[in-house]
Amino acid sequence: MSTLDSKVPGGPLKDKWTTYKDKIDLVNPANKRKIDIIVIGTGLAGGSASATLAEQGYNVKAFCYQDSPRRAHSIAAQGGINAAKNYQGDGDSNYRLFYDTVKGGDYRSREANVYRLAEVSSNIIDQCVAQGVPFARDYGGLLDNRSFGGVLVSRTFYAKGQTGQQLLLGAYSAMNRQIARGKIEMYNRHEMLDIVKVDGKARGIIARNLITGELERHSAHAVVIASGGYGNLYFLSTNAMGSNVTAAWKTHKKGAYFANPCFTQIHPTCIPRSGDYQSKLTLMSESLRNDGRIWVPAKLEDVKAIREGKKKPTDLSEDERDYYLERRYPAFGNLVPRDVASRAAKERCDAGFGVNKTGEAVYLDFKSAIERYGKEQAKIHNEENASAQRIYDLGKDIVEAKYGNLFQMYEKIVDEDPYKTPMMIYPATHYTMGGLWVDYNLMTTVKGCYAIGEANFSDHGANRLGASALMQGLADGYFVLPYTIGDYLSHDIRTGAIPTDTTAFEEAENSVKDTLDKLVNTGGTKAVDYFHKKLGNIIWNKVGMSRNETGLKEAIAEIQELRADFWKNVRVPGGTHEVNRELEKAGRVADFLELGELFAKDALTREESCGGHFREESVEIDGPQKGEAKRDDENYTFVSAWEYKGLPSDAVLHKEELKYENIELKQRSYK
Amino acid sequence: MSKSKFTTIGRKILMALSGFFLMFFLLQHLTINMLSVVSPDMFNEVSQFMGTNPVVQFALQPVLIFAVFFHFIMGIVLELQNRSARSVKYAYSKPGTNSSWISRNMIVTGLVVLAFLGLHFYDFWVHEMTVKYAGGDMTGLINPNDPNSGYRYYEELVMKFEDPIRVIIYIISFVLLALHLMHGFQSSFQSVGVSKGKNFIKKFGNAFAIVVPLGFIFIAIYHHLQH
Amino acid sequence: MNLTLKIWRQKDAKSPGKMVTYPISNIEGHMSFLEMMDILNDELIEKGEEPVAFDHDCREGICGMCSMYINGEAHGPDRRVTTCQLHMRMFKDGETIHIEPFRANSFPVVKDLMVDRGAFDRIQQAGGYISVNTSGNTQDANSLPIPKADADLAMDAATCIGCGACVATCKNSSAMLFVSAKVSQYALLPQGQVEAKDRVINMVNQMDIEGFGNCTNTGACEVECPKGISLDNIARMNRELIKAKA
Repeated sequence: MSTLDSKVPGGPLKDKWTTYKDKIDLVNPANKRKIDIIVIGTGLAGGSASATLAEQGYNVKAFCYQDSPRRAHSIAAQGGINAAKNYQGDGDSNYRLFYDTVKGGDYRSREANVYRLAEVSSNIIDQCVAQGVPFARDYGGLLDNRSFGGVLVSRTFYAKGQTGQQLLLGAYSAMNRQIARGKIEMYNRHEMLDIVKVDGKARGIIARNLITGELERHSAHAVVIASGGYGNLYFLSTNAMGSNVTAAWKTHKKGAYFANPCFTQIHPTCIPRSGDYQSKLTLMSESLRNDGRIWVPAKLEDVKAIREGKKKPTDLSEDERDYYLERRYPAFGNLVPRDVASRAAKERCDAGFGVNKTGEAVYLDFKSAIERYGKEQAKIHNEENASAQRIYDLGKDIVEAKYGNLFQMYEKIVDEDPYKTPMMIYPATHYTMGGLWVDYNLMTTVKGCYAIGEANFSDHGANRLGASALMQGLADGYFVLPYTIGDYLSHDIRTGAIPTDTTAFEEAENSVKDTLDKLVNTGGTKAVDYFHKKLGNIIWNKVGMSRNETGLKEAIAEIQELRADFWKNVRVPGGTHEVNRELEKAGRVADFLELGELFAKDALTREESCGGHFREESVEIDGPQKGEAKRDDENYTFVSAWEYKGLPSDAVLHKEELKYENIELKQRSYK
Repeated sequence: MSKSKFTTIGRKILMALSGFFLMFFLLQHLTINMLSVVSPDMFNEVSQFMGTNPVVQFALQPVLIFAVFFHFIMGIVLELQNRSARSVKYAYSKPGTNSSWISRNMIVTGLVVLAFLGLHFYDFWVHEMTVKYAGGDMTGLINPNDPNSGYRYYEELVMKFEDPIRVIIYIISFVLLALHLMHGFQSSFQSVGVSKGKNFIKKFGNAFAIVVPLGFIFIAIYHHLQH
Repeated sequence: MNLTLKIWRQKDAKSPGKMVTYPISNIEGHMSFLEMMDILNDELIEKGEEPVAFDHDCREGICGMCSMYINGEAHGPDRRVTTCQLHMRMFKDGETIHIEPFRANSFPVVKDLMVDRGAFDRIQQAGGYISVNTSGNTQDANSLPIPKADADLAMDAATCIGCGACVATCKNSSAMLFVSAKVSQYALLPQGQVEAKDRVINMVNQMDIEGFGNCTNTGACEVECPKGISLDNIARMNRELIKAKA
């Protein structure tokens, strides 16, 4: 097995990035004008990278499948963005943010990358404020912070429940400025269907115009993949309907290693599924766990009565309820990290305690919070003999001020008033920590091809902390890639424009064309969604929140079978030269069917439990942590990077050993 | 679209400004007309002043005529532009769920008021112009040769309202003017960018839109019944 | 629930379109409107017919991609929701539902219910930004306090999702609510002041070039806006334009 070169610069952790930046090769402004860069995706990572690269003087071609760059799915992020500003004076620092991120990622991320992320986090906030992002402020006019995801400091900046939207619109506005200046050429409703390599270097892409159906060749000196994560592998996820792995997967097939595919984040607070027709799951911000208490009935007969509608959750007395997170993790209670909370919910539901018809839901109850806030308010208002109703009303006002929009969203979807009856929640796929393997420069194993944001694997290890995804996307796009890419492009100043009438482009275009023709001509009988849903079921059941050897082996076999069935029996109506939504979906599902197998294979290889990856074989047998996930640092402190060899089953594993020089590896404990 | 040197916002601001002027004029017109109920003599005095004062006649009157023409021509231009911004119409639309009939039909109420203005011009203004400038009679007297015959304005006013059909037309027109003002008043403030005190402007506007036309209607009915 | 759908079908931008009737059955109240459309499309594919093309992506009311005119209203009969958040419980068994694309000459139909809202992007490109380079050396985020009331109002304006319901709803196809939301966001923040004059003039000019109609203050846009963007923003933009031209 070859070792991967992460190109992490030497020197003390704190100085690595600064020293490295100072020594990096630069491209002079006159030469930047001669260099083209393609960016795939216009979310926080792609949008911020496009804008910054264009500001620097490069010619940027940006692509997105939506009708406008503003619609990328970063827009849906609710909670916030972390930054080690220490505005609250609670002792935050770059090191603490670094430490929390590495620990939260269960020690499976690269130290130097994470430190750099923490280091530039402050710049992100400065930059966004300068762009006019309306972050929440306190009455003094200064920026407000909240605490998020069970960390011990308040370092999360937010804009109501729409932080992702505001940050994305900030990046979009920066892009617009460059589009107006002619430095970004924007290709909306275009989908990248292959990457083109010339002499081993990424030199362009084949994109399909989603309106005319035409295949287009675009060349550049470097290609940046910022196409987001692959959570839609599960069919049901909190991702947008169009979110897909195609750009990343095609790059993988052309030589980019795919790292840690099995590291997926299942978010604990989503609105449960209500039926088979369901197309997506809606996330409820994690901030709800700051005040909500999670429980299921303690007795199975109560569960039965509730499901049959004979009892209401409010009928159950305190001792008839099982606040299982508070019971199992007295120290952190309802604020345990996402992976732990999700698994605990699944454990209860698997044991038969799920409270809705599908058996996959637990309660998130605000009764105690309303009461607590109500009493506080009564005290503040000097109402010593406030009635229970008065206390409830006072408390409800506070809860409404904090979470009103989320409660309203819940009521619109579920048609139940969450102030009166507890919310129902269940975990759902949310974020994928895995992705294209990149070195310290964010370059993949294909020269000149970079991956940023959720599309790469680099910063979150095996589990991502809340409010860190936005931070990473913008860090990569605004502050990291624009420097590191210069080092590579400085060798390209004499290359000149890359022609597209070469064999490499022709071959790539023909192969894309063949695949599309094959899809519309299969002449099968089953819609694309049929396969996607089936794949989602396999992955959810066998490579979901908990995994075991037997299940994983079954999953691999089932996916292989499903993939063969897909290519025989899929029906894609319409042709290739028109708007064809089914064809778009078919191409994406075809790639998910390949990734799915690698995903299961990666999970099978990693015989330890860490972060979002829980192997039932690897749990603590004894002691106070009995039954909890057991990490195996001796054998698995590495990044799995998979090399494509034709079929997922033939993929070859390369290991990047992770060295921790600044942090002591510890078993996570939330008891 | 339009090659006009005004932006869409510029046009609506001008629409609002001419609207303000016309509303101010209405108020002044009503005040003078009310005098006819209170005291025919006073009414005659003021009418003679307005009809012969050079500032009123040669400065305010042309501005008024310009404002009227500007307001309705611009109104029609805007309506045509707005209609052409959506050439394929909806097969099924329920505009009543999100906006009032009044606000959507300013062109209808406006055109009715315009038609009334035609009649009104014919009734009073054309008559005035003929007597004063074509006939050269600036005296304002019933009998220009008899200084004791008294002013003719009150007489003429009362005579016009003898015809019940004219009174009915008058009433209908002012009801439509009321509708036009109900939207027009608050809309003008919005167009020039006033958003503070929105509720007050709306309430005041509604009162204005009801009181002013009602005043005119009252005068018509009063004189019709009195004589 | 059994329903009758009357849906606008149009092959491409150049072809004429027409309303086509489709019966659909077994629809449940807690399905979203788009899930109902998914079911219709599954049935069409099964029958070998072309599915109905419609824009959608996040399905949680924030991306602004979904865009149908349902039963005579943009995003349908419910308030403060996008089409993807509209639930079938808003409809009655046996009802006929009319589904059309957002209509305005500035939003040409691409196919069936998909429209081209590129005009919105071009308006933003005309000035919907603050000219600041990414340097990492901009001043500290807290060096310029902003009154909470202003920050909150800027945030309210900034929540616009650019879906185009305002244009689709307006009897004049006016884009004033959309443009004013962006103008307002920056007008309310100190960072936006430097370019305030050019911004409002350029954005309004571009809006006019795109062929949107004039605002007649009917207020329909505010009612149908899924994010509740206030008409006050339009008043603010008018003020800004007067200031800029004066």
